[in-house]
Amino acid sequence: MRPILMKGHERPLTFLRYNRDGDMLFSCAKDHTPTLWYADNGERHGTFRGHNGAVWCCDVSRDSLRLITGSADQSAKLWDVKTGQQLFSFKFGSPARSVDFALGDKLAVITTDPFMERTSAIHVKRIAEDPEDQVSESVLVLESPNGRKRINRAVWGPLNQTIVSGGEDAVLRIWDAETGKLLKESDSEVGHKNTITSLTKSADDSHFITGSLDKTAKACLWDMRTLTLLKTYVSGVPVNAVSMSPLLDHVVLGGGQDASAVTTTDHRAGKFEAKFYDKILQEEIGGVKGHFGPINALAFNPDGKSFSSGGEDGYVRLHHFDSDYFNIRI
Amino acid sequence: MAELDIDTRAAKLGIDWSQVNLDSIQLPPGENFGIESDDEGVYHDDQLEFDTGFGNIIVVDNLPVVPKTKFEKLENVLKKIYSQLGVIKEKGLWMPVDPNTGMTLGYCFIEFNTPQEAQNAKEKTHGYKLDKSHIFAVNMFDDFDRLMNVKEEWEAPQTKPYVPGENLQKWLTDEKARDQLVTRSGPDTEVFWNDARQKNTELVHKRPYWTESYVQWSPLGTYLVTLHKQGAAVWGGADTFTRLMRYQHNMVKLVDFSPGEKYLVTYHSQEPSNPRDASKVEIKVFDVRTGRMMRDFKGSADEFSIGGPGGVAGASWPVFRWAGGKDDKYFAKLSKNTISVYETETFGLIDKKSIKVDNVVDICWSPTDSILSLFVPEQGGGNQPAKVALVQIPSKVELRQKNLFSVSDCKMYWQSSGEYLAVKVDRYTKTKKSTYSGFELFRIKERDIPIEVLELDNKNDKIIAFAWEPKGHRFAVIHGDQPRPDVSFYTMKTTQHGGRVTKLGTLKAKQANALFWSPTGKYIILAGLKNFNGQLEFFNVDELETMATTEHFMATDIEWDPTGRYVATAVTSVHEMENGFTIWSFNGKLLYRNLKDHFFQLAWRPRPPSFLSPEKEEEIAKNLKKYSKKYELEDQDVSLLLSEQDREKRKALKEEWEKWVKQWKSLHEEEKLARQSLRDGEVSDEEEEEDEAKEVKEVEFEDVIEVTEEVVQE
Repeated sequence: MRPILMKGHERPLTFLRYNRDGDMLFSCAKDHTPTLWYADNGERHGTFRGHNGAVWCCDVSRDSLRLITGSADQSAKLWDVKTGQQLFSFKFGSPARSVDFALGDKLAVITTDPFMERTSAIHVKRIAEDPEDQVSESVLVLESPNGRKRINRAVWGPLNQTIVSGGEDAVLRIWDAETGKLLKESDSEVGHKNTITSLTKSADDSHFITGSLDKTAKACLWDMRTLTLLKTYVSGVPVNAVSMSPLLDHVVLGGGQDASAVTTTDHRAGKFEAKFYDKILQEEIGGVKGHFGPINALAFNPDGKSFSSGGEDGYVRLHHFDSDYFNIRI
Repeated sequence: MAELDIDTRAAKLGIDWSQVNLDSIQLPPGENFGIESDDEGVYHDDQLEFDTGFGNIIVVDNLPVVPKTKFEKLENVLKKIYSQLGVIKEKGLWMPVDPNTGMTLGYCFIEFNTPQEAQNAKEKTHGYKLDKSHIFAVNMFDDFDRLMNVKEEWEAPQTKPYVPGENLQKWLTDEKARDQLVTRSGPDTEVFWNDARQKNTELVHKRPYWTESYVQWSPLGTYLVTLHKQGAAVWGGADTFTRLMRYQHNMVKLVDFSPGEKYLVTYHSQEPSNPRDASKVEIKVFDVRTGRMMRDFKGSADEFSIGGPGGVAGASWPVFRWAGGKDDKYFAKLSKNTISVYETETFGLIDKKSIKVDNVVDICWSPTDSILSLFVPEQGGGNQPAKVALVQIPSKVELRQKNLFSVSDCKMYWQSSGEYLAVKVDRYTKTKKSTYSGFELFRIKERDIPIEVLELDNKNDKIIAFAWEPKGHRFAVIHGDQPRPDVSFYTMKTTQHGGRVTKLGTLKAKQANALFWSPTGKYIILAGLKNFNGQLEFFNVDELETMATTEHFMATDIEWDPTGRYVATAVTSVHEMENGFTIWSFNGKLLYRNLKDHFFQLAWRPRPPSFLSPEKEEEIAKNLKKYSKKYELEDQDVSLLLSEQDREKRKALKEEWEKWVKQWKSLHEEEKLARQSLRDGEVSDEEEEEDEAKEVKEVEFEDVIEVTEEVVQE
């Protein structure tokens, strides 16, 4: 498997997102310009200029026409994917950490960091069909009960009825997306023990997986409605990014030793490896090495035949699986 | 409703309820999470003083009865006597007076600043003769209650019925002949069976917060000792670990067993409040089985340590070194210019005298006999040569000695059955600018104890590590320059050379800095720890060939199991990641891994020496095939069973998953319409997705076909 190295960012990668058709790959990095790539050959298609800070997260609409990005410049922006023009900018008093379009793309959930006096919050915005009609008011604002701890990720639950969030306090929460009531919290006994860094839904929205910096650095599959822990994958290193294959029962975890400690230890100590696990048996299948910094972002192509990883080293590595990958038996 | 009430209430009181996170308030399990605060010791001590309160008061009896006129004089006399022994508190001397006669009552109370002073004063002045008719009777105030309650009549002590104890060595009777190991990780201390056949561990006993610092096996494996604030405790027994005995010693820091497990030495040191003072040290020796304290030693740290050759101070543990053998007869302590050898019958010095040896810096017992080797460095700028000597205990006869010239340092290594002693000697070169190393080899069991000098092929090589083959006659040396030193093997016995030490071979440029012989000899691991990131080379010394070269990345600890069948390598919490241990077979095959975060310690449970005679052992070795047949069959059965179990487990997991997915799918189907409406009625949506999924699968099959075609072409 020869990776395609995509060098377009000058700073560490933060997030990767494929569109539904799997022909486009959006990447976010700590430099200020989210970039669009051809998911097939890794050629750069274009950039979205306008942010004035690290871009933490993005999401693309189902029809691949709109892109939403969340940035440390205290704004979340809507973009026209075709032209790269900014359509609208939501202003917050603190950095926007994560964004997610709802089913039907008429709503978006945006989380903001704790900053100065502000606590971490989850904002629900209505996305207008015509950008002209777009308003910046939130439909709903959810305050985390542990507001000084950052919420790292919030995504929509089934039928847009709920919102699932996770963050530094290591607790997963399900909120009612209508009333804003806190419906459920993860059991602290079985749950993560340290910051939840990433949260990714399965392709069919039936379950999701979270990665964490916790002691054993594990990723858990959680039943989307009941928040019961289904599986745990032990990685041995802090997990920054998680993804699930839409095609096979595989899970991939990425992470590695904290970036600040990299220069002081042996290069192999980092374990900057994208590790593959069997989703059901929870056994490690293999790993894809290559990054020389922790992996911050992972994404599977919706067709399940390629995946890409983004690292602290500023590279996006696009991997098309060899045919023997599809025949792995363990 | 209740929530609303709370909200309104909070609003009234001006509390922003959303800021209060009830879930963040978690009551810790236990009183202190098992985490000991740094100042706990200090705090605890203070409390103790409050509790007893009167520990610093003594009562002096049998004083002269004097009238008021002489009261002051007597008081002054008492003050004079007692202020020599400690600081009397202000108004701390109180002599009661009979209110009717004005005469004193013949006793007084004296309050000192500290209980230690009071204790000291009591010991020193009890029986003090003030004059012929007044002999002081001094008691601690606290003792009065006890003394008052003594019964008038003697009661015969009851004899307790004998309760047979558990079989403390039951673990040795394990049917599968497995070995145990203990690990500490996070708050948990766990004892496992190493089940190499099942490629996993089997838990024997697990307990969180079992110890407050570390755990240690006794040398024969009978006990596991844990350390606590109040002292040490030993655990053992037939099935689960039960506490067998406790040894009271506040804030114990280190423990050590005598080789035969009869005695336990505990060590505690207190940092002085004044940094110029030496820290205080207290050492107690307990009888393991009865729990009785046999002797305690107190003093400043200086008395229990000696300036090393470089003038480095600090007590090196163990302070008391036990003589070899199972009898636990003698133990020795090294201090400035003296070696104190105690014997355990009376716990006193042998002949009531220490051995005076000027400037002695190191002593070492033979592991099997009561022979002490000692090293005295050069004195008088080289006028008096350095000396290595062997001393027989208890006769204190010098068996052999050797003078050595221009020596900078010496290190003594005994072979485990006490047959040989190797002394590594670092000598100055003529210019005195650098040093080079050589060995002096003593053959203890031969007549007159002949000494041989061994120099490495390249005299200037630095010696990085040295290790005797356990119970054997070979030794291994890592020498040369980093980063790629050489490893050489020598033997003390060869047929061609009679009784001369001979080199067996040298391995060039190895990534190794530590040597780990198998406890049965023959095999050795050349390990590259620290800078070498955990390189491991499993080496067979009989054949002089490498069996396996592998790596346990960042490994910090390596330990052979007591039978020499398995090796455990561990990454402890000095590294942040990949903590845990790995079990290897003796020939370097990875058996299984066990990841545990915050991994602190791993220790195999030692086994007592085998009861088999050497002849019997030889017989078994000869007919190994016959004996091993049975076990090979068992192995096969186990591996079959294991793969069967594995398959079933996987099947169950898959089924469970399928069930869950099916359940979800039916629910998903029900919500189909709701989803469509959310998407503005994109009706064909679901089917389209399903079609896509099918397509994808077809493509996957195509791939497979392509692969087979390629094979045909080849």
